Amino acid sequence: MAKDEITKGYTWIGTTPDRPDGLDKVTGRARYGADFSLPNMLHGAVVRSPHAHARIVKIDATKALALTGVKAVVTRADLPTGLTGEDLYLQENTLAGEKALYDGHAVAAVAATTALIAQDAAKLIEVEYEVLPHVTDVDEAMKPDAPVILPGCADHSVPEGSAPNVARYIDFGRGDLDAGFAEADVVRSAHYTTEATHQGYIEPHAAVGQMGADGKGEMWVCTQGQWYIRKMCSAVLGTDPAQLRVTPSEIGGGFGGKTTIFMEPLPLALSKKAGGRPVKMVMTRAEVLRATGPTASASMDVKMGMKKDGTITAARVDFRMQGGPFPGASPVGEALSCAFACYDIPNLGHHGWEVLANRPKCAAYRAPGSPMAAYAVESMVDELCRELGLDPIEVRLKNGVKEGTRASFGPKYKRIGLVETLEAAKAHPNYAVELGPNQGRGVASGFWFNHGGETSVSMAITEDGTAQVSVGTPDIGGSRASIALMAAETLGIPYENVRVNIVETGALGVNEPTHGSRATFASGKAMWEAAQGAIKEMCKRAAQKWDIDPEAVTWKDGAAHPAGENAGKFEPMTIKEIAAEMGKTGGPISGHHESTPSGAGPSFGTHVVDVEVDPETGHTKVLRYLVVQDAGTAIHPAYVEGQYQGGAAQGIGWALNEAYIYGQDGRLQNPIFLDYRMPVASDLPMIDTVIVEVPNPGHPFGVRGVGETGITPPLPALANAIHAATGARLRKLPMNPPAVLAAIRAKG
Amino acid sequence: MVEVNLWSGLRKFTDGAEVVEVEAKTVGQVLDALIEAHPGLGPVIEAGVSVAVDGEVVTGGRQMPVAPDSEVFLMQQIKGG
Repeated sequence: MAKDEITKGYTWIGTTPDRPDGLDKVTGRARYGADFSLPNMLHGAVVRSPHAHARIVKIDATKALALTGVKAVVTRADLPTGLTGEDLYLQENTLAGEKALYDGHAVAAVAATTALIAQDAAKLIEVEYEVLPHVTDVDEAMKPDAPVILPGCADHSVPEGSAPNVARYIDFGRGDLDAGFAEADVVRSAHYTTEATHQGYIEPHAAVGQMGADGKGEMWVCTQGQWYIRKMCSAVLGTDPAQLRVTPSEIGGGFGGKTTIFMEPLPLALSKKAGGRPVKMVMTRAEVLRATGPTASASMDVKMGMKKDGTITAARVDFRMQGGPFPGASPVGEALSCAFACYDIPNLGHHGWEVLANRPKCAAYRAPGSPMAAYAVESMVDELCRELGLDPIEVRLKNGVKEGTRASFGPKYKRIGLVETLEAAKAHPNYAVELGPNQGRGVASGFWFNHGGETSVSMAITEDGTAQVSVGTPDIGGSRASIALMAAETLGIPYENVRVNIVETGALGVNEPTHGSRATFASGKAMWEAAQGAIKEMCKRAAQKWDIDPEAVTWKDGAAHPAGENAGKFEPMTIKEIAAEMGKTGGPISGHHESTPSGAGPSFGTHVVDVEVDPETGHTKVLRYLVVQDAGTAIHPAYVEGQYQGGAAQGIGWALNEAYIYGQDGRLQNPIFLDYRMPVASDLPMIDTVIVEVPNPGHPFGVRGVGETGITPPLPALANAIHAATGARLRKLPMNPPAVLAAIRAKG
Repeated sequence: MVEVNLWSGLRKFTDGAEVVEVEAKTVGQVLDALIEAHPGLGPVIEAGVSVAVDGEVVTGGRQMPVAPDSEVFLMQQIKGG
């Protein structure tokens, strides 16, 4: 729909009713992954490698199988051979083959009549290892003499003579870098590093799987994408995806980490071996941290040139990111594409290396790659602003992208809202608050592409004139409410008269997961199309009754109306009246829509943070925090605000405290929340938000995805604020108290 | 003919050209024509790329129309969280 057709004055869109799933969730009635149980169910446990890199010499399950209550053990030998590419890497990650590739890598699994017996049995499985040299640091892994993790991992892009752990090389750019830097008044370069962090979802991975000897199976699982679970588990197990029915549970957070599989094929494999008895498997927190996808760690160089008036003349980045032991997991491509997405710079260079390391296989984490890129680039922009005495928002406005600007990654932008977020941040009272001693203010902007993806939705009109909408995108952040609001708006019926169901794989065509900030955009767009089908049929039923042409009937305010005076004089026929008679007027009324929608407009955001740093301890207190982000149209403003605040909270944790800490032995030192320091309520201020609405022309209601952009600016915004407070520039994350204190002392 | 803009790392497969012309009316035809004219691009495209047509990223949309004057960019495949 053209953007001119997007109008305001909605009845339901923009309101903030309670979420349909809210009561279930606060009363404990909602069923999460671990809440499913079946008669005759077994429980599974996993044997994991204690070594970062080791050849598996022998696995002996004799003692485990002799334990009363043990029903099955699976190892890699039970899985099919001959897989290639990502299917092979998924299988390797599910159960190690010849080598264990990181601390926590699964090597065997066992099913028993109770969880305790399964855990005891896992301890009785004897694994003989030949320990190999390991590497966990991204720069060390890139050295020519580093331990080789996956021989021959390099794809076509890697130049001859590269280090053996380099799996992929990317470069792109435009203009003339040398001329651009020569044109600048100041040219600076710096090195930045970030550590791996985990998505930190509160619900661990959990699944119940059942599979018979005939390969027919069912799975109940906590996931962002039931069709991906079906496809990936079937590939790993060599079974027919059409014979696996996957039902998603409610989900206690995902943030990208539940768009793939980790232990999920194991309950199915164990079930098949245990005569088809269902098997439940629930990860511990330590298993989640050791063996499910964190994001990548990064080593980044940035060079940038700026004129005295703030014009950026040229910029170059060199990013190195490790994504674990398998190719394709590091988000270095996305990081490069996001690096300068906020800026209109004529001369650009991007170079990136994906590197393998003895760490868990990375998964997507909220705007994958973009936060690291922003940390490096937005820190550098701030460094140049301070050196030249320029206001950071004015410099971003001067160089900021707008409609028609050629993006750093190639195409020209359509309608976007970066400038509007900068203007709103500048006008916000937070930007004018006077700061005291040891206090500082940081500003940063961020970007995410957003995504459409395969989508299938159906809508059925119920006999009482309400509507049932079936979608395939699990509800992580309130998408049931947003889709119900859009359905109510489209049909002209109350919000309460719409029920949105998240359905299993047998109920709809394929859906990609809830990822890429796509659920409200793509399922909402498909719902709108499906509703048009239902509306067309309802108009037809009214036309039949009135004995007029269906084209002479229009739909508004939840009823069929004659289109004009020439159509005849009839009282409007409401959805309730049409639905009550539908069995006698042609049968059930429904609509459906299947597509891979394009037009997912990108979202930009600008954050402003004030901090106070204790010069004695290096502790950073976040005094106030402002998120300004373009939502296109905020369907449910309270849940949009929640996404903004959630992104900021996770970004604050990443910036100040969170990190994967590996020992010299290559083992993860902090695999519990006591030591993996996520922010708690007392670490965070009230996070202020401003929802900018620059409608996306690619959506019937102007929606842009809002889930991911918010985690991008906090990393550099906090680094910039800490620099303003202390004079110390921290170019390494996390900026925890010891790091800040050391930087203050080094400054002198 | 449609002009397709490639990222610079792909130049080695196109005799140094960053912009190549192909005969195509859809995104799918653009990708097929690229592989036919420059077989070295085959593994890259088959591994997954995003295509932007007139500023719109159309991942997976092989049926999307492309006009002779469309601005077409081949991009790294983007995944989200």
